[in-house]
Amino acid sequence: MDKIENNKAWFLVLPVFVIVAISAIIPLMTVVNYAFQDIFSPQDRYWVGTEWFESVLADDDLHGALIRQFVFSFVILLIEIPLGIALALAMPARGWRASLALVLMALPLLIPWNVVGTIWQVFARADIGLGGWLVNALGIPYNYTSDPVAAWLTIVVMDVWHWTPLVVLLCYAGLRAIPDAYYQAAAIDGATPWKVFRHIELPKMRGVLLIAVLLRFMDSFMIYTEPFVVTGGGPGNATTFLSIHLTKIAIGQMDLGPAAAISIIYFLIILTLSFVFYNVMTRMGTGERA
Amino acid sequence: MAEITLAGLGHAYRLDPRQPSDFALQPMDFAFADGGAYALLGPSGCGKTTLLNIMSGLLRPSHGRVRFDEHDVTAKSPGERNIAQVFQFPVVYDTMSVFDNLAFPLRNRGVAEPEVRQKVEEVAAMLELGPDLRRPARRLGADAKQKISLGRGLVRADVAAILFDEPLTVIDPHLKWLLRRKLKQVHERYRRTLVYVTHDQNEALTFAEKIVVMHAGRVMQVGTPQELFERPEHRFVGWFIGSPGMNFVPLERDGHGLRIPGTDHVLPDGLVGPGAGRIELGIRPEHLRITAGPSADGVPVAVERVEDLGNYALVTAKLGSATVMAKLSEDAPVMPGQAFLRLPPAWTRLYLDDRLIH
Amino acid sequence: MSLQLQGIARTVGGSIHLHPVDALLEPGLHVLLGPTGAGKTSLMRLMAGLDAPSAGRILQDGQDVTGVPVRQRSVAFVYQQFINYPSLSVFENIASPLRLKGQERGAIERRVREVASLLHIDHLLDRLPAELSGGQQQRTAIARALAKDARLLLLDEPLVNLDYKLREELRTELRALFERRGAVVIYSTTEPIEALTMGGSVLVMHEGRVLQAGPTAQVYHHPASEAVAEVFSDPPMNLVNVEVTGGTARFPQGLELPLTGHLGMLEDGAYRFGIRALHLALRPKPGLPFLPARVELADISGSETFVHVHAEGLDWVVQEEGVHEHGLGEPVTVYLDPTRLYAFGPDGRVRAAPARGRGG
Repeated sequence: MDKIENNKAWFLVLPVFVIVAISAIIPLMTVVNYAFQDIFSPQDRYWVGTEWFESVLADDDLHGALIRQFVFSFVILLIEIPLGIALALAMPARGWRASLALVLMALPLLIPWNVVGTIWQVFARADIGLGGWLVNALGIPYNYTSDPVAAWLTIVVMDVWHWTPLVVLLCYAGLRAIPDAYYQAAAIDGATPWKVFRHIELPKMRGVLLIAVLLRFMDSFMIYTEPFVVTGGGPGNATTFLSIHLTKIAIGQMDLGPAAAISIIYFLIILTLSFVFYNVMTRMGTGERA
Repeated sequence: MAEITLAGLGHAYRLDPRQPSDFALQPMDFAFADGGAYALLGPSGCGKTTLLNIMSGLLRPSHGRVRFDEHDVTAKSPGERNIAQVFQFPVVYDTMSVFDNLAFPLRNRGVAEPEVRQKVEEVAAMLELGPDLRRPARRLGADAKQKISLGRGLVRADVAAILFDEPLTVIDPHLKWLLRRKLKQVHERYRRTLVYVTHDQNEALTFAEKIVVMHAGRVMQVGTPQELFERPEHRFVGWFIGSPGMNFVPLERDGHGLRIPGTDHVLPDGLVGPGAGRIELGIRPEHLRITAGPSADGVPVAVERVEDLGNYALVTAKLGSATVMAKLSEDAPVMPGQAFLRLPPAWTRLYLDDRLIH
Repeated sequence: MSLQLQGIARTVGGSIHLHPVDALLEPGLHVLLGPTGAGKTSLMRLMAGLDAPSAGRILQDGQDVTGVPVRQRSVAFVYQQFINYPSLSVFENIASPLRLKGQERGAIERRVREVASLLHIDHLLDRLPAELSGGQQQRTAIARALAKDARLLLLDEPLVNLDYKLREELRTELRALFERRGAVVIYSTTEPIEALTMGGSVLVMHEGRVLQAGPTAQVYHHPASEAVAEVFSDPPMNLVNVEVTGGTARFPQGLELPLTGHLGMLEDGAYRFGIRALHLALRPKPGLPFLPARVELADISGSETFVHVHAEGLDWVVQEEGVHEHGLGEPVTVYLDPTRLYAFGPDGRVRAAPARGRGG
């Protein structure tokens, strides 16, 4: 009886396995194939072992891209998370003002990524862009096509503009879920606004904040479209993040072996960090419930 | 500590109330004596929560004033008036230990640390939280969390009143009585003014010295548990308190006095009520006596149903055209059919247009 | 219809939710009584076919329906939470099971109005569930279950989320409704008083087992074990350890009680004596044995006062009729009626029980 039921269950989940195999495992295996072999054609292939990995890991370009990538993600989290919390706290709690604020907040999230890139590419140009022109008019020399610092600033500001609203919306939802009784109790206990934030709002937002951190870390770590559209990774290699570096090698130079090796390294980094985040999240989750 | 006075206090959620039904809380005068234990009791929508929110300062009343002793606090926020509150769902500061939770209101007011320690330890001992003082508050059960909420009110010397908003809602049934006992002990020890809002008669009657029974935004009666049970001043109180509630039998006037319709039973002269209006007799199921055989003052009734409820027998009987319920001891020998009902005069009440007249 | 359970049990991931249950349930009302976590809901889900038993068989009118999914059985279920379709009117909510059966319009209309009037919600048919009070929402859910006219009707603590006045009212109404039906009605509750009010027969459950089954009032008066006496008694039966030697029971605090009547036959040994709160008194009763104690709390229910008392070796509850106030720590004398004592052996089985006062 039990066995028959189990077989039935396997049969029912079979389609899922097939879909996962086609969509994830087979492409992944292809990448693995390329990472360990030198392939000229399906018939003409040579086993190279860890050779691609060794050469890629020794490559200064990859080191540079990796360091830029970590710095970028770190800066993004450092700005977007506190800013998101602050904006969420400042937003009206109810009424038509709340609806209006929510719509305005959500706007950047509704724009396709390449369009965001294009908007900023134009907006920040020193010659014809309103933003770029304004900064220069204020007497600050600014040109993201030639100055690496300006290029970085542009990408960071663009990402903050694009993605802080996501953090805001998550925090806002978290804040609205706090029962009124907590604020009332804090008022009765004579708590200052800072203590209300520190002891009520922040702890109660912890769950959504962890999701926000996780999402923003992973997304920013994989950023590609916007810098590609705005700076193309330049000037020089100043804004060549991991994805852009990878694409340059794979598509630009058609070095499929090293590209596959980088892909696998990239994948492992994200997997490891997601695993760490996941564990932190679940452990904090149980602490909250107990 | 303070006496809390409600002067002409009423509340309407609409701006220009024209008729009584526009008021969530009918204008009223009342004083909560200093150090008393009160309950606001009534079904949902009776106005008890509105009244509590006005006292805590969460809601500004549309009419009248709230005074703590001689201070008018009507316009003051919850933080500005010296009250403490225990909410329906436990409110503790998750990131703090039990000790820090209890110390929080004192530290916010700049009390010196040795005094904080002494006060917190005293209150924790009283609430039996002593062994848990170093534990994170969020790890405690709902009952302990409610005690922490209460403790944050008790540590302060300046609290005029502690308000409770259905505080036992989330407590396991078998722990409820322990918490009820703890509340009583707290009241005896600290003699603070306590106001407890609930729809549960058991909680209200057990906790309070005086119960304010509310219905449709109006105070129906204020009294001790015994008064509410034995002399309900309004038909609603008779029905609401007790399980099952009081029996009401419409009476008709005849030359000699008041007669139960469909019977020969006429109430003695002493019970006759004056004036026009609807007169009803009220008597609790606990006070009715039913016997199989006739007695001197027995009224014949038709017993319709006898239910064995274990501890007692619940008898449903037709008295003239009215139906009454009687709670009899489990040994009372009554069967469906003809029987005789006695209405002890000491427990028989008369109601004129729903109000007690005798 | 009759429902027969043959050793049905349920184990989930190694933990036992329900020990094997055997029962034959004839049309009529059956109350499942037990504290939260006793396995009432697990058993009801097995009966309904929502879960499959890990062992045993379920027979409907002698036919094995163990593997038959719930859709193909004639079952209606009412839950604790007020579960209705939020976007449908009360009328459409009640009509929904009839529409699924594909009944014609006129018949549906008649049936909905009939059931709605039984539950006194016929004036609310156009409303949405959100516009109703809790009591009215649960009436709608019950009406929908009744409209289906299922042969097995299950109600899982249907009144637990309502105010006590509504509960009183609905209990009496529901009992009258069930009396007129030919279905097997299973009604679960945690409250002894609710079980007694509903009447019918009872299955007393505790920790995943059915401890005792039988006519409700009879089980109340003749509990087979200490566990049944505790579950089926509100407040739980008062217990005390006593030592019986030579026809005398020795209570804590030196009270010695010569055993007569139903207790006269007890052999020497250790027992637990049980007595219900009602059969203890604080007002002097001449001739009754008594113990000194202190008041822990006077718990006032509205019509009765339950006085929790403590003395060495016992924590008891005394029931007084009417409303009486007692101070905390007040010394009192507890009088007990020996003709009402139950005696339980060390294994928890009943050794002696009082003869029933009334009706046999």
